Amino acid sequence: MAFKVVVNFDLCESNAICMDVAPELFEVRDDDFLYVLQETPADDLREKAEAAADRCPKQAISLEDLASPQ
Amino acid sequence: MPQAGDLVGGPGEPTVTSPVVIVGASLAASRCAAALRRGGLDGAITIINAEAHLPYDRPPLSKQFLSGEWDADRLSLLKPEQLTEFELDWRMQTAATALDVDTRTVSLDDGTTVQGDHVVIATGAAPRRLPGTEALAGVHVLRTLGDSAGLRRELAERPHASVVVVGAGFIGAEVAATAATAGHRVTIIEAAAVPMERGLGAQMGAFCGSLHADHGVDLRLSTGVTGVRSDADGRIAAVELSDGTELAADVLVVGIGVVPTTAWLDGSGLTLDDGVVCNAHCEAAPGIYAAGDVARWPNERFGELMRVEHWDNAVEQGIHVAKRILGEATEPFTPVPWFWSDQYEHKIQLAGRPKAGDLVEIVTGSMEERRFAAIYGDGERLTGVFGLNRPRHVMQYRRKLAEGATWTEAIRFAEEARSGN
Ligand SMILES: Cc1cc2nc3c(=O)[nH]c(=O)nc-3n(C[C@H](O)[C@H](O)[C@H](O)COP(=O)(O)OP(=O)(O)OC[C@H]3O[C@@H](n4cnc5c(N)ncnc54)[C@H](O)[C@@H]3O)c2cc1C
Ligand code: SF4
Repeated sequence: MAFKVVVNFDLCESNAICMDVAPELFEVRDDDFLYVLQETPADDLREKAEAAADRCPKQAISLEDLASPQ
Repeated sequence: MPQAGDLVGGPGEPTVTSPVVIVGASLAASRCAAALRRGGLDGAITIINAEAHLPYDRPPLSKQFLSGEWDADRLSLLKPEQLTEFELDWRMQTAATALDVDTRTVSLDDGTTVQGDHVVIATGAAPRRLPGTEALAGVHVLRTLGDSAGLRRELAERPHASVVVVGAGFIGAEVAATAATAGHRVTIIEAAAVPMERGLGAQMGAFCGSLHADHGVDLRLSTGVTGVRSDADGRIAAVELSDGTELAADVLVVGIGVVPTTAWLDGSGLTLDDGVVCNAHCEAAPGIYAAGDVARWPNERFGELMRVEHWDNAVEQGIHVAKRILGEATEPFTPVPWFWSDQYEHKIQLAGRPKAGDLVEIVTGSMEERRFAAIYGDGERLTGVFGLNRPRHVMQYRRKLAEGATWTEAIRFAEEARSGN
Protein backbone atom coordinates (compact mmCIF):
# COMPACT_ATOMS: atom_id res chain seq x y z
CA MET A 1 0.00 0.00 0.00
CA ALA A 2 1.23 3.47 -0.77
CA PHE A 3 2.29 5.44 2.25
CA LYS A 4 3.17 8.91 3.41
CA VAL A 5 6.07 9.95 5.64
CA VAL A 6 4.98 12.37 8.35
CA VAL A 7 7.40 14.12 10.69
CA ASN A 8 6.24 15.91 13.80
CA PHE A 9 8.59 18.87 13.73
CA ASP A 10 7.70 19.80 17.29
CA LEU A 11 9.36 16.58 18.40
CA CYS A 12 12.21 16.35 15.88
CA GLU A 13 15.54 17.48 17.28
CA SER A 14 17.52 17.16 14.06
CA ASN A 15 19.89 14.51 15.28
CA ALA A 16 19.95 13.02 11.80
CA ILE A 17 19.55 9.40 12.82
CA CYS A 18 16.83 8.96 10.22
CA MET A 19 19.16 10.36 7.59
CA ASP A 20 21.67 7.71 8.51
CA VAL A 21 19.09 4.96 8.13
CA ALA A 22 17.28 6.28 5.05
CA PRO A 23 19.25 9.00 3.26
CA GLU A 24 16.82 8.70 0.32
CA LEU A 25 14.04 10.04 2.55
CA PHE A 26 15.59 12.34 5.11
CA GLU A 27 18.23 15.03 5.13
CA VAL A 28 19.35 17.30 7.96
CA ARG A 29 20.88 20.28 6.21
CA ASP A 30 23.42 22.86 7.27
CA ASP A 31 20.66 24.97 8.83
CA ASP A 32 20.09 21.98 11.16
CA PHE A 33 16.56 21.47 9.99
CA LEU A 34 15.27 18.13 8.81
CA TYR A 35 13.90 17.93 5.29
CA VAL A 36 11.74 15.07 4.12
CA LEU A 37 13.02 14.40 0.63
CA GLN A 38 10.12 12.21 -0.49
CA GLU A 39 6.81 12.50 1.30
CA THR A 40 5.14 9.69 -0.61
CA PRO A 41 7.99 7.35 -1.48
CA ALA A 42 7.81 4.26 -3.62
CA ASP A 43 6.71 1.15 -1.75
CA ASP A 44 10.15 -0.44 -1.85
CA LEU A 45 11.33 2.23 0.58
CA ARG A 46 8.75 1.25 3.16
CA GLU A 47 11.04 -1.00 5.14
CA LYS A 48 13.67 1.73 5.32
CA ALA A 49 11.03 4.25 6.36
CA GLU A 50 9.81 1.92 9.12
CA ALA A 51 13.38 1.39 10.28
CA ALA A 52 13.87 5.15 10.43
CA ALA A 53 10.64 5.58 12.42
CA ASP A 54 11.73 2.86 14.87
CA ARG A 55 15.16 4.39 15.25
CA CYS A 56 14.07 8.01 15.70
CA PRO A 57 14.92 8.76 19.34
CA LYS A 58 12.16 11.36 19.51
CA GLN A 59 9.55 9.19 17.86
CA ALA A 60 8.89 12.05 15.52
CA ILE A 61 8.35 9.96 12.40
CA SER A 62 5.14 8.19 11.53
CA LEU A 63 3.96 6.48 8.38
CA GLU A 64 0.42 6.87 7.16
CA ASP A 65 -1.15 4.45 4.77
CA LEU A 66 -2.61 6.09 1.70
CA ALA A 67 -5.64 4.57 0.08
CA SER A 68 -4.49 3.14 -3.23
CA PRO A 69 -5.80 5.00 -6.28
CA GLN A 70 -9.12 3.58 -7.45
CA MET B 1 0.18 -28.92 4.53
CA PRO B 2 2.48 -26.53 6.34
CA GLN B 3 3.79 -27.67 9.72
CA ALA B 4 4.26 -25.50 12.78
CA GLY B 5 7.53 -23.62 12.38
CA ASP B 6 7.40 -23.88 8.60
CA LEU B 7 7.45 -20.87 6.40
CA VAL B 8 3.89 -20.36 5.26
CA GLY B 9 1.98 -17.51 3.68
CA GLY B 10 1.97 -15.97 0.24
CA PRO B 11 4.96 -15.01 -1.86
CA GLY B 12 6.95 -12.16 -0.40
CA GLU B 13 5.25 -12.59 2.95
CA PRO B 14 6.84 -15.52 4.70
CA THR B 15 5.52 -16.29 8.15
CA VAL B 16 7.26 -18.09 10.97
CA THR B 17 4.98 -19.59 13.56
CA SER B 18 7.41 -20.29 16.40
CA PRO B 19 6.38 -18.74 19.72
CA VAL B 20 8.76 -16.14 21.14
CA VAL B 21 9.06 -15.07 24.78
CA ILE B 22 10.62 -11.68 25.49
CA VAL B 23 11.68 -11.00 29.08
CA GLY B 24 11.65 -7.29 29.91
CA ALA B 25 9.31 -4.80 28.30
CA SER B 26 11.16 -1.68 27.44
CA LEU B 27 13.05 -0.39 24.41
CA ALA B 28 14.91 -3.50 23.21
CA ALA B 29 11.78 -5.60 23.81
CA SER B 30 9.44 -3.24 21.94
CA ARG B 31 11.68 -2.86 18.93
CA CYS B 32 12.34 -6.58 18.82
CA ALA B 33 8.63 -7.41 18.94
CA ALA B 34 7.83 -4.86 16.23
CA ALA B 35 10.58 -6.21 13.97
CA LEU B 36 9.35 -9.77 14.52
CA ARG B 37 5.84 -8.88 13.44
CA ARG B 38 6.96 -6.77 10.50
CA GLY B 39 9.26 -9.56 9.45
CA GLY B 40 6.28 -11.90 9.33
CA LEU B 41 6.38 -13.81 12.61
CA ASP B 42 2.96 -15.30 13.04
CA GLY B 43 3.45 -17.17 16.33
CA ALA B 44 2.65 -15.87 19.78
CA ILE B 45 4.88 -13.18 21.26
CA THR B 46 4.71 -13.13 25.05
CA ILE B 47 6.28 -10.18 26.84
CA ILE B 48 7.12 -10.46 30.51
CA ASN B 49 6.86 -7.01 32.06
CA ALA B 50 7.90 -6.44 35.66
CA GLU B 51 6.51 -2.91 35.48
CA ALA B 52 2.91 -1.70 35.64
CA HIS B 53 3.26 0.36 32.45
CA LEU B 54 3.38 -0.57 28.81
CA PRO B 55 6.80 0.18 27.30
CA TYR B 56 7.81 3.80 27.76
CA ASP B 57 10.82 5.79 26.74
CA ARG B 58 13.47 6.57 29.36
CA PRO B 59 15.50 9.49 27.94
CA PRO B 60 12.77 12.06 28.71
CA LEU B 61 12.80 10.90 32.35
CA SER B 62 15.83 13.12 32.95
CA LYS B 63 14.72 15.80 30.50
CA GLN B 64 11.22 16.81 29.34
CA PHE B 65 9.29 14.59 31.72
CA LEU B 66 11.38 15.56 34.73
CA SER B 67 11.04 19.26 33.94
CA GLY B 68 7.26 18.92 33.77
CA GLU B 69 7.16 19.92 30.11
CA TRP B 70 5.87 16.50 29.05
CA ASP B 71 3.39 14.18 30.64
CA ALA B 72 3.63 10.41 30.81
CA ASP B 73 1.33 9.90 27.84
CA ARG B 74 4.06 11.26 25.57
CA LEU B 75 6.46 8.51 26.55
CA SER B 76 4.90 5.41 25.05
CA LEU B 77 7.23 3.42 22.81
CA LEU B 78 4.46 1.68 20.91
CA LYS B 79 1.72 3.68 19.25
CA PRO B 80 -1.87 2.56 20.02
CA GLU B 81 -2.33 1.21 16.51
CA GLN B 82 0.88 -0.80 16.85
CA LEU B 83 -0.28 -2.27 20.14
CA THR B 84 -3.38 -3.55 18.37
CA GLU B 85 -1.66 -4.60 15.17
CA PHE B 86 1.18 -6.55 16.78
CA GLU B 87 -1.08 -8.75 18.98
CA LEU B 88 1.36 -9.08 21.85
CA ASP B 89 0.59 -11.19 24.88
CA TRP B 90 1.52 -9.07 27.89
CA ARG B 91 2.26 -10.42 31.37
CA MET B 92 2.07 -7.19 33.29
CA GLN B 93 3.62 -6.63 36.70
CA THR B 94 5.13 -10.06 36.47
CA ALA B 95 8.83 -10.75 36.83
CA ALA B 96 10.76 -13.64 35.41
CA THR B 97 12.52 -15.53 38.19
CA ALA B 98 14.40 -18.26 36.32
CA LEU B 99 15.20 -19.63 32.88
CA ASP B 100 15.59 -23.26 31.88
CA VAL B 101 18.01 -22.99 29.02
CA ASP B 102 17.49 -26.46 27.54
CA THR B 103 13.71 -26.22 27.26
CA ARG B 104 13.64 -22.42 26.90
CA THR B 105 11.12 -22.17 29.72
CA VAL B 106 10.81 -18.98 31.77
CA SER B 107 9.48 -19.18 35.34
CA LEU B 108 7.45 -16.23 36.56
CA ASP B 109 6.86 -14.82 40.00
CA ASP B 110 3.15 -15.64 39.81
CA GLY B 111 4.09 -19.32 39.82
CA THR B 112 3.43 -19.94 36.14
CA THR B 113 5.87 -20.72 33.32
CA VAL B 114 6.06 -19.70 29.66
CA GLN B 115 7.87 -21.73 27.06
CA GLY B 116 9.06 -20.52 23.67
CA ASP B 117 11.06 -21.68 20.68
CA HIS B 118 13.03 -18.49 21.21
CA VAL B 119 13.64 -16.48 24.37
CA VAL B 120 14.89 -12.90 24.22
CA ILE B 121 16.51 -11.51 27.37
CA ALA B 122 15.87 -7.76 27.48
CA THR B 123 15.89 -7.03 31.21
CA GLY B 124 18.08 -3.95 30.91
CA ALA B 125 19.90 -2.50 33.86
CA ALA B 126 19.13 -1.03 37.27
CA PRO B 127 20.79 1.90 39.02
CA ARG B 128 23.48 1.54 41.67
CA ARG B 129 22.56 3.08 44.99
CA LEU B 130 24.71 4.96 47.42
CA PRO B 131 25.25 2.72 50.46
CA GLY B 132 23.59 4.11 53.55
CA THR B 133 21.02 6.21 51.68
CA GLU B 134 18.50 3.53 50.72
CA ALA B 135 16.08 4.29 53.53
CA LEU B 136 16.29 8.12 53.49
CA ALA B 137 13.54 10.32 52.12
CA GLY B 138 14.68 12.81 49.52
CA VAL B 139 17.24 10.47 47.96
CA HIS B 140 16.59 9.45 44.37
CA VAL B 141 17.91 7.25 41.61
CA LEU B 142 16.56 7.64 38.11
CA ARG B 143 15.58 4.73 35.92
CA THR B 144 11.83 4.24 35.92
CA LEU B 145 8.81 6.42 35.32
CA GLY B 146 8.07 6.14 39.05
CA ASP B 147 11.60 7.34 39.90
CA SER B 148 11.26 10.35 37.65
CA ALA B 149 7.73 11.18 38.82
CA GLY B 150 8.91 11.10 42.44
CA LEU B 151 11.85 13.40 41.77
CA ARG B 152 9.71 15.69 39.67
CA ARG B 153 7.21 16.03 42.49
CA GLU B 154 9.86 16.78 45.09
CA LEU B 155 11.52 19.39 42.91
CA ALA B 156 8.18 21.04 42.16
CA GLU B 157 7.31 21.16 45.87
CA ARG B 158 10.62 22.78 46.78
CA PRO B 159 11.37 25.88 44.72
CA HIS B 160 15.05 26.92 44.83
CA ALA B 161 15.99 23.69 46.56
CA SER B 162 19.59 22.72 47.19
CA VAL B 163 19.97 19.77 44.88
CA VAL B 164 23.06 17.60 45.19
CA VAL B 165 23.78 15.23 42.34
CA VAL B 166 26.29 12.45 42.90
CA GLY B 167 28.02 11.49 39.66
CA ALA B 168 28.75 13.70 36.65
CA GLY B 169 27.89 11.03 34.08
CA PHE B 170 25.12 11.60 31.59
CA ILE B 171 22.20 10.98 33.90
CA GLY B 172 23.71 13.17 36.61
CA ALA B 173 24.57 15.92 34.15
CA GLU B 174 21.08 15.88 32.65
CA VAL B 175 19.34 15.97 36.02
CA ALA B 176 21.62 18.84 37.05
CA ALA B 177 20.77 20.71 33.85
CA THR B 178 17.04 20.15 34.25
CA ALA B 179 17.05 21.15 37.92
CA ALA B 180 19.24 24.22 37.34
CA THR B 181 17.05 25.36 34.47
CA ALA B 182 14.07 25.13 36.83
CA GLY B 183 15.82 27.48 39.25
CA HIS B 184 17.25 25.07 41.80
CA ARG B 185 20.73 25.46 43.29
CA VAL B 186 22.66 22.49 41.99
CA THR B 187 25.98 20.96 43.00
CA ILE B 188 27.47 17.91 41.27
CA ILE B 189 29.90 15.74 43.20
CA GLU B 190 32.23 13.68 41.01
CA ALA B 191 34.95 11.35 42.25
CA ALA B 192 37.02 11.50 39.07
CA ALA B 193 39.23 14.42 38.08
CA VAL B 194 37.54 14.61 34.67
CA PRO B 195 33.88 13.81 34.08
CA MET B 196 33.07 11.05 31.62
CA GLU B 197 36.70 10.55 30.70
CA ARG B 198 36.20 6.89 29.88
CA GLY B 199 33.57 7.57 27.23
CA LEU B 200 34.66 10.96 25.91
CA GLY B 201 38.38 11.20 26.61
CA ALA B 202 39.99 13.82 28.82
CA GLN B 203 39.57 16.84 26.57
CA MET B 204 35.88 16.43 25.68
CA GLY B 205 35.05 15.15 29.17
CA ALA B 206 36.51 18.31 30.67
CA PHE B 207 34.71 20.39 28.08
CA CYS B 208 31.34 18.81 28.99
CA GLY B 209 32.11 19.50 32.63
CA SER B 210 32.68 23.17 31.80
CA LEU B 211 29.14 23.50 30.44
CA HIS B 212 27.83 23.29 34.00
CA ALA B 213 29.68 26.40 35.10
CA ASP B 214 28.05 28.32 32.23
CA HIS B 215 24.76 27.68 33.99
CA GLY B 216 25.79 28.34 37.56
CA VAL B 217 26.04 24.68 38.51
CA ASP B 218 28.86 23.91 40.91
CA LEU B 219 30.82 20.87 39.69
CA ARG B 220 33.19 19.50 42.35
CA LEU B 221 35.71 17.15 40.79
CA SER B 222 38.00 14.67 42.57
CA THR B 223 35.50 14.71 45.42
CA GLY B 224 33.76 11.78 47.02
CA VAL B 225 30.74 11.45 49.27
CA THR B 226 31.89 10.02 52.58
CA GLY B 227 28.61 10.15 54.45
CA VAL B 228 25.14 11.60 54.66
CA ARG B 229 23.28 13.36 57.44
CA SER B 230 19.53 13.13 57.84
CA ASP B 231 17.03 15.18 59.82
CA ALA B 232 14.72 13.95 62.60
CA ASP B 233 12.11 12.86 60.03
CA GLY B 234 14.58 10.60 58.26
CA ARG B 235 15.02 12.96 55.35
CA ILE B 236 18.32 13.82 53.72
CA ALA B 237 19.79 17.04 55.17
CA ALA B 238 23.42 17.13 54.08
CA VAL B 239 26.20 15.15 52.45
CA GLU B 240 29.69 14.88 53.87
CA LEU B 241 32.47 15.19 51.34
CA SER B 242 35.97 13.74 51.11
CA ASP B 243 37.48 17.23 51.41
CA GLY B 244 36.03 17.41 54.92
CA THR B 245 33.26 19.86 54.09
CA GLU B 246 29.55 19.36 54.40
CA LEU B 247 27.01 20.36 51.82
CA ALA B 248 23.35 21.02 52.61
CA ALA B 249 20.99 18.95 50.49
CA ASP B 250 17.21 19.23 50.21
CA VAL B 251 17.27 16.60 47.49
CA LEU B 252 19.99 14.09 46.65
CA VAL B 253 20.14 12.41 43.26
CA VAL B 254 22.43 9.43 42.84
CA GLY B 255 23.70 8.87 39.30
CA ILE B 256 26.62 6.52 39.76
CA GLY B 257 25.92 4.02 37.04
CA VAL B 258 23.83 0.94 36.47
CA VAL B 259 24.19 -2.80 36.85
CA PRO B 260 22.78 -5.19 34.24
CA THR B 261 19.71 -7.05 35.50
CA THR B 262 20.88 -10.66 35.47
CA ALA B 263 20.22 -11.89 39.03
CA TRP B 264 17.16 -13.79 37.81
CA LEU B 265 19.47 -15.82 35.55
CA ASP B 266 21.79 -16.99 38.33
CA GLY B 267 22.11 -20.74 38.11
CA SER B 268 20.71 -20.89 34.57
CA GLY B 269 24.05 -21.95 33.15
CA LEU B 270 24.31 -18.86 30.95
CA THR B 271 27.58 -16.96 31.21
CA LEU B 272 26.93 -13.88 33.34
CA ASP B 273 29.80 -11.41 33.53
CA ASP B 274 28.78 -7.76 33.58
CA GLY B 275 25.74 -8.76 31.53
CA VAL B 276 24.57 -11.82 29.63
CA VAL B 277 27.57 -12.88 27.58
CA CYS B 278 26.59 -13.74 24.02
CA ASN B 279 28.27 -14.71 20.78
CA ALA B 280 28.75 -12.26 17.91
CA HIS B 281 25.11 -12.85 16.88
CA CYS B 282 23.75 -11.90 20.31
CA GLU B 283 22.95 -15.53 21.14
CA ALA B 284 23.57 -16.64 24.70
CA ALA B 285 22.63 -20.29 24.04
CA PRO B 286 20.69 -22.03 21.24
CA GLY B 287 17.37 -20.17 20.88
CA ILE B 288 18.29 -17.70 23.63
CA TYR B 289 19.29 -14.15 22.82
CA ALA B 290 20.05 -10.94 24.68
CA ALA B 291 19.52 -7.35 23.57
CA GLY B 292 19.91 -3.87 25.04
CA ASP B 293 21.62 -2.75 28.23
CA VAL B 294 21.79 -6.31 29.58
CA ALA B 295 23.67 -7.83 26.62
CA ARG B 296 27.42 -8.24 26.33
CA TRP B 297 28.71 -9.52 23.03
CA PRO B 298 31.91 -9.45 20.98
CA ASN B 299 31.56 -6.54 18.58
CA GLU B 300 33.83 -7.75 15.80
CA ARG B 301 34.20 -4.28 14.36
CA PHE B 302 36.09 -3.26 17.48
CA GLY B 303 37.44 -6.67 18.49
CA GLU B 304 36.13 -6.22 22.01
CA LEU B 305 33.47 -7.66 24.27
CA MET B 306 30.99 -4.80 24.59
CA ARG B 307 28.00 -3.87 26.65
CA VAL B 308 26.40 -0.63 25.54
CA GLU B 309 24.00 1.40 27.68
CA HIS B 310 22.59 3.59 24.97
CA TRP B 311 19.18 4.00 23.47
CA ASP B 312 20.18 3.34 19.87
CA ASN B 313 21.97 0.14 20.78
CA ALA B 314 18.87 -1.28 22.46
CA VAL B 315 16.91 -0.52 19.30
CA GLU B 316 19.46 -1.93 16.89
CA GLN B 317 20.17 -5.00 18.96
CA GLY B 318 16.47 -5.71 19.48
CA ILE B 319 15.98 -5.55 15.72
CA HIS B 320 19.06 -7.67 15.08
CA VAL B 321 17.79 -10.39 17.40
CA ALA B 322 14.40 -10.32 15.66
CA LYS B 323 16.09 -10.79 12.30
CA ARG B 324 18.15 -13.62 13.73
CA ILE B 325 14.97 -15.34 14.96
CA LEU B 326 13.42 -14.87 11.54
CA GLY B 327 16.50 -16.41 9.96
CA GLU B 328 17.37 -13.19 8.15
CA ALA B 329 20.44 -11.90 9.97
CA THR B 330 23.46 -13.91 8.94
CA GLU B 331 26.04 -11.22 9.64
CA PRO B 332 27.31 -10.65 13.19
CA PHE B 333 26.08 -7.61 15.10
CA THR B 334 28.75 -4.93 14.62
CA PRO B 335 27.25 -1.49 15.25
CA VAL B 336 29.17 1.74 15.75
CA PRO B 337 27.87 2.79 19.20
CA TRP B 338 26.15 6.15 19.27
CA PHE B 339 24.38 8.22 21.90
CA TRP B 340 23.07 11.64 22.57
CA SER B 341 22.59 13.63 25.73
CA ASP B 342 20.63 16.86 26.03
CA GLN B 343 21.94 19.24 28.69
CA TYR B 344 20.80 22.84 29.04
CA GLU B 345 20.32 24.10 25.48
CA HIS B 346 23.00 21.75 24.17
CA LYS B 347 22.82 18.56 22.19
CA ILE B 348 25.82 16.37 22.91
CA GLN B 349 26.51 13.34 20.77
CA LEU B 350 29.22 10.77 20.53
CA ALA B 351 29.72 7.99 18.02
CA GLY B 352 32.43 5.35 18.05
CA ARG B 353 34.66 4.04 20.75
CA PRO B 354 37.47 6.51 21.39
CA LYS B 355 40.19 5.44 23.79
CA ALA B 356 42.07 7.49 26.36
CA GLY B 357 45.05 9.06 24.65
CA ASP B 358 43.48 9.19 21.19
CA LEU B 359 44.15 12.30 19.11
CA VAL B 360 41.31 14.81 19.11
CA GLU B 361 40.82 17.35 16.38
CA ILE B 362 38.03 19.86 15.94
CA VAL B 363 36.81 19.63 12.35
CA THR B 364 34.09 22.26 12.36
CA GLY B 365 33.07 25.13 14.63
CA SER B 366 34.74 25.91 17.94
CA MET B 367 34.35 25.24 21.63
CA GLU B 368 33.94 28.96 22.30
CA GLU B 369 30.88 29.27 20.09
CA ARG B 370 29.52 26.12 21.78
CA ARG B 371 28.97 24.50 18.43
CA PHE B 372 31.55 22.11 17.03
CA ALA B 373 32.41 18.60 15.98
CA ALA B 374 35.65 16.85 16.90
CA ILE B 375 37.04 13.57 15.67
CA TYR B 376 39.19 11.05 17.51
CA GLY B 377 41.89 8.85 16.03
CA ASP B 378 44.44 6.36 17.29
CA GLY B 379 47.13 7.44 14.83
CA GLU B 380 45.89 5.05 12.20
CA ARG B 381 42.09 4.87 12.24
CA LEU B 382 39.22 7.18 12.99
CA THR B 383 37.90 5.99 16.36
CA GLY B 384 35.12 8.40 17.23
CA VAL B 385 33.33 11.67 16.73
CA PHE B 386 32.00 14.08 19.32
CA GLY B 387 29.50 16.78 18.52
CA LEU B 388 28.12 19.71 20.42
CA ASN B 389 25.08 21.06 18.61
CA ARG B 390 26.37 19.50 15.39
CA PRO B 391 24.09 16.53 14.85
CA ARG B 392 24.56 16.33 11.12
CA HIS B 393 28.33 16.18 11.35
CA VAL B 394 28.27 13.45 13.95
CA MET B 395 26.21 11.29 11.63
CA GLN B 396 28.55 12.00 8.71
CA TYR B 397 31.53 10.78 10.68
CA ARG B 398 29.57 7.92 12.13
CA ARG B 399 29.18 6.72 8.56
CA LYS B 400 32.95 7.12 8.11
CA LEU B 401 33.45 5.04 11.25
CA ALA B 402 31.17 2.37 9.83
CA GLU B 403 33.27 2.35 6.68
CA GLY B 404 36.40 1.83 8.78
CA ALA B 405 37.94 5.12 7.62
CA THR B 406 41.57 5.88 8.40
CA TRP B 407 42.53 9.06 10.23
CA THR B 408 44.01 10.46 7.00
CA GLU B 409 40.77 9.79 5.14
CA ALA B 410 38.74 11.44 7.87
CA ILE B 411 40.97 14.53 7.89
CA ARG B 412 40.81 14.73 4.10
CA PHE B 413 37.01 14.48 4.30
CA ALA B 414 36.96 17.31 6.84
CA GLU B 415 39.16 19.50 4.63
CA GLU B 416 36.99 18.86 1.59
CA ALA B 417 33.87 19.69 3.58
CA ARG B 418 35.47 22.94 4.78
CA SER B 419 36.62 24.06 1.35
CA GLY B 420 33.21 23.12 -0.07
CA ASN B 421 31.46 25.41 2.41
C1 LIG C 1 16.86 8.78 32.84
C2 LIG C 1 17.49 8.14 31.63
C3 LIG C 1 17.88 8.94 30.56
C4 LIG C 1 18.48 8.39 29.45
N1 LIG C 1 18.85 9.21 28.42
C5 LIG C 1 19.48 8.68 27.35
C6 LIG C 1 19.90 9.53 26.29
O1 LIG C 1 19.71 10.74 26.30
N2 LIG C 1 20.54 8.96 25.23
C7 LIG C 1 20.79 7.61 25.16
O2 LIG C 1 21.39 7.16 24.18
N3 LIG C 1 20.37 6.78 26.15
C8 LIG C 1 19.73 7.29 27.25
N4 LIG C 1 19.32 6.45 28.26
C9 LIG C 1 19.60 5.01 28.15
C10 LIG C 1 18.47 4.21 27.50
O3 LIG C 1 17.23 4.61 27.99
C11 LIG C 1 18.70 2.74 27.75
O4 LIG C 1 19.86 2.37 27.04
C12 LIG C 1 17.52 1.87 27.32
O5 LIG C 1 16.41 2.13 28.12
C13 LIG C 1 17.87 0.40 27.38
O6 LIG C 1 16.74 -0.35 27.03
P1 LIG C 1 16.56 -1.87 27.45
O7 LIG C 1 15.29 -2.30 26.81
O8 LIG C 1 17.80 -2.61 27.15
O9 LIG C 1 16.48 -1.90 29.04
P2 LIG C 1 15.60 -1.10 30.11
O10 LIG C 1 15.10 0.17 29.52
O11 LIG C 1 16.42 -1.04 31.33
O12 LIG C 1 14.35 -2.03 30.37
C14 LIG C 1 14.42 -3.28 30.96
C15 LIG C 1 13.04 -3.66 31.43
O13 LIG C 1 13.05 -5.00 31.89
C16 LIG C 1 12.28 -5.09 33.08
N5 LIG C 1 12.76 -6.24 33.85
C17 LIG C 1 13.93 -6.34 34.53
N6 LIG C 1 14.01 -7.55 35.12
C18 LIG C 1 12.88 -8.22 34.79
C19 LIG C 1 12.39 -9.53 35.09
N7 LIG C 1 13.10 -10.41 35.82
N8 LIG C 1 11.19 -9.89 34.59
C20 LIG C 1 10.47 -9.04 33.82
N9 LIG C 1 10.89 -7.80 33.50
C21 LIG C 1 12.08 -7.39 33.99
C22 LIG C 1 12.53 -3.77 33.76
O14 LIG C 1 11.50 -3.51 34.68
C23 LIG C 1 12.54 -2.81 32.59
O15 LIG C 1 11.26 -2.36 32.30
C24 LIG C 1 18.70 6.99 29.39
C25 LIG C 1 18.32 6.17 30.47
C26 LIG C 1 17.71 6.74 31.57
C27 LIG C 1 17.31 5.85 32.72
S1 SF4 D 1 15.68 10.76 13.70
FE1 SF4 D 1 13.86 11.80 14.48
S2 SF4 D 1 14.61 13.47 15.74
FE2 SF4 D 1 16.30 12.75 14.47
S3 SF4 D 1 16.28 14.07 12.69
FE3 SF4 D 1 15.09 12.27 12.18
S4 SF4 D 1 12.99 12.79 12.71
FE4 SF4 D 1 14.29 14.29 13.70
